[in-house]
Amino acid sequence: MTRDVERVAVAIIGGGPSGLTAASALAPLVDGRVLVLEREAETGGIPRHSDHLGYGIRDLKRFISGPAYARRLTDTALGAGALLETEAMVTGWDGERAMEVTSPGGRRVVEADAVVLATGARERPRPARWIPGDRPDGVYTTGQLQNMVHVHHSEVGTRAVVVGAELVSWSAVMTLREAGCATVAMVSGYPRAEAYAAFRIPGRTLLRGPVLTRTRLVGIDGRRRVRSVVVEDVDTGARRTIECDTVITTGDWIPDHELARTAGLAMDSATRGPLVDASLRTSRPGVFAVGNLLHPVDTADGAALDGRHVAPKVRAWLDGDPTGSPGIRVRVRAPFRWVTPQMITPDGGAAPRGDLLFWLDEYHRAPRLRAVQDGRTIGRKRTLWPAAPGRIYRAPWSLVSAADPAGGDVTIELVV
Amino acid sequence: VNAQADIRDVVVVGAGIVGSAIARALAGTDLTVTLVEGRDDVGDGTSKANTALLHTGFDATPGTLESRLVARGYHLLGEYAEQVGIPVERTGALLVAWTDEERDALPTLKDKAERNGYHSCEIVTAEEVYRRVPELGPGALAGLTVPGEAIICTWTTNLALATEAVRRGAKLRRGAQVTDVVVRRDHTTVVTTRGDVNGRWVINAAGLGADQLDARFGHRRFTVTPRRGELLVFDKLTRPMVPCIVLAVPSSRGKGVLVSPTIYGNVMVGPTSENLTDRTATGTSEEGFEFLRAKGRALMPTLFDEEITATYAGLRAATEYDDYLIDVDLAQRYVLVGGIRSTGLTSGMAVAEHLLELLADAGLELSPRSDLPPAPRMPNLGEATMRPYQDAQRISEDAEYGRIVCFCERVTAGEIRDAFASTIPPSDLDGLRRRTRVMNGRCQGFYCGAHTTALLEAGTRATR
Repeated sequence: MTRDVERVAVAIIGGGPSGLTAASALAPLVDGRVLVLEREAETGGIPRHSDHLGYGIRDLKRFISGPAYARRLTDTALGAGALLETEAMVTGWDGERAMEVTSPGGRRVVEADAVVLATGARERPRPARWIPGDRPDGVYTTGQLQNMVHVHHSEVGTRAVVVGAELVSWSAVMTLREAGCATVAMVSGYPRAEAYAAFRIPGRTLLRGPVLTRTRLVGIDGRRRVRSVVVEDVDTGARRTIECDTVITTGDWIPDHELARTAGLAMDSATRGPLVDASLRTSRPGVFAVGNLLHPVDTADGAALDGRHVAPKVRAWLDGDPTGSPGIRVRVRAPFRWVTPQMITPDGGAAPRGDLLFWLDEYHRAPRLRAVQDGRTIGRKRTLWPAAPGRIYRAPWSLVSAADPAGGDVTIELVV
Repeated sequence: VNAQADIRDVVVVGAGIVGSAIARALAGTDLTVTLVEGRDDVGDGTSKANTALLHTGFDATPGTLESRLVARGYHLLGEYAEQVGIPVERTGALLVAWTDEERDALPTLKDKAERNGYHSCEIVTAEEVYRRVPELGPGALAGLTVPGEAIICTWTTNLALATEAVRRGAKLRRGAQVTDVVVRRDHTTVVTTRGDVNGRWVINAAGLGADQLDARFGHRRFTVTPRRGELLVFDKLTRPMVPCIVLAVPSSRGKGVLVSPTIYGNVMVGPTSENLTDRTATGTSEEGFEFLRAKGRALMPTLFDEEITATYAGLRAATEYDDYLIDVDLAQRYVLVGGIRSTGLTSGMAVAEHLLELLADAGLELSPRSDLPPAPRMPNLGEATMRPYQDAQRISEDAEYGRIVCFCERVTAGEIRDAFASTIPPSDLDGLRRRTRVMNGRCQGFYCGAHTTALLEAGTRATR
């Protein structure tokens, strides 16, 4: 059989908030075709099955539900002239910027002048969290739960234990409530529950049981269906059993990085996404990355703004802008786990929204940061907002803008 | 109603690999056969959760029945796999010595392999060990190659054997737990939770329950000890790190922890080995994880920088004897096929062949039928050969093979549809997983769980 090859100007892999926003911004900027390849049956990504308000705040200046947000992003991309292909999965690479694609329409190769990876992130499921015990039905990630409840309208149980107490965990509590399932406990290894107040207040009123902080799940019992779980106090080692028929493992995000990995892109072992500079360029010329593939996990609007940011950078590449030098690394010290963008290049410009994004393991009310290069402090910042586990912490890119792209690596640390 | 018409020539209890292979072989003769399975699916006991290796038998105890049947089964299953499309990858194995004592044991192992009729083992240097498996942790002293060892899909093996048995006319009764047997003058009534089954002969291939069924026939000759083996399955991105099966030097504690590629393109570390009393305890444990983490990190530290896709535990049917227990009780027209431990995947077809010889000796008429249906062609679950989502021709003929439902494992709607339309359709999610790999990937249902559940409900409704 002859090989079916299609040529496009830009291929965007993933039709979630970041991919769709990139498509909307790129279609008017680019002469050739801008194609979004989405493996699900509908575009919109995770917000499609997050049926509660809170979407679109920073990118659309609106306060709408996940499904409404997903529809709006889809409509905008179509209106801008982007091509959206659903049930089309990129299964591998066939060259620097050529991809193998499977869809009901056939198996083909898509060759693009520029590629934008927008493959998003997913929650680590139970095995990846090393939770031992029986393997009964009733153990889901938030993603599966919300898909079950909002898209497929299937039954959940009646008593749930939610693992995690971060933003997405409260979203799970709300979905459980809607499915008629009470949340009897939330379990978090952190010393306090974390979420935005707007989320926490309705969440709290729905929660039927305690938030067990400094606690971890150490066992699941039940042959066909979950019967109970065992939790352990991290400090004392004390254990107790909680009866429940459902366990939701929330958060603990990992980028869907398979294509980034199989492309051989330079990766960040901490985010587990590709390394990018402030222009969201990966280590492969003409291949860009946006959204929660880079920062697991920011809110949908934050991911979407990456898409807007990348559009002129892609346009510049298509116009023949030479790729910059590899640049220097930005690194972090504990309690920070990671930072992104991780590369500073001479022509990289400033990061999306002018922010460095961080993940960390401790709560700090008004953190003071310092950036050091070659033993010299190149920037200091203090933010008025807190840094907390379980969600993105932002600090101004200007912290590192004085770095010498020809110098050594930059290290960002907390000043205590 | 003619009551005699309800009496089958042979009732086989247990539709694992061994029972299914036996039923298939018997159904190839003029005998009437019923295959009785206590669980809701074939291959849902010890056969589904093993290390999925096609063994040469190099390390069996020479002179045993196991040694002979594993060596024979290696060839029988190897050929059958090619015929019906059971995925096999002939990766070879490398047994690695980490201590002086283990290194000194290698010549003995090579000699043992020779006595088992396997002549291809070679002792290699540490340098050669690292050349073959560069990601191996530090400290390897030497190795023994076993080029014939291969990885195989245990699920497809079991399903192919059971499918062919059914297509040859064997009746399969699933979800029928045996609660009693009544031995009569010319036949035996096998009492199950789904009604009685009468047979002139009864074959006990009940695996973990073989000793209990044996006791129903009045024997007190062995005890099955469920031996739990926990396994870790790593993300597919690790597969290039493990080009062949990495074995430990066996000790009195068992075969040790191995690192092996899987036929589905993952890497597996395990098993633990722990004797239990509960024959249904297939849960994983904190101790098991701790043990595998410690052992695994020493074997291949970089593996543990990657993600775990799945953890599971299987039970092996260990007995107090060091060999298979295959015995004909002529007076009761009853055959025990017990103690077939983890090598049963490889030896199953040879066990069936051996059993037919025993039955012929016992006077059964076992002439092969001339009107056998063609062997089944099984859906390919292996990564080494083309899968439907990669097959342009197939997708152009049937778009459902281009509709990917499970993104991590690239399982298409066409394959799920085919599973429900197959000779032995799945009855639950685990059954569907074993037939298609759906939901077995790194996301464990984050993306496709709800969709798959909906397809399962529709599929099981349609096949009911």
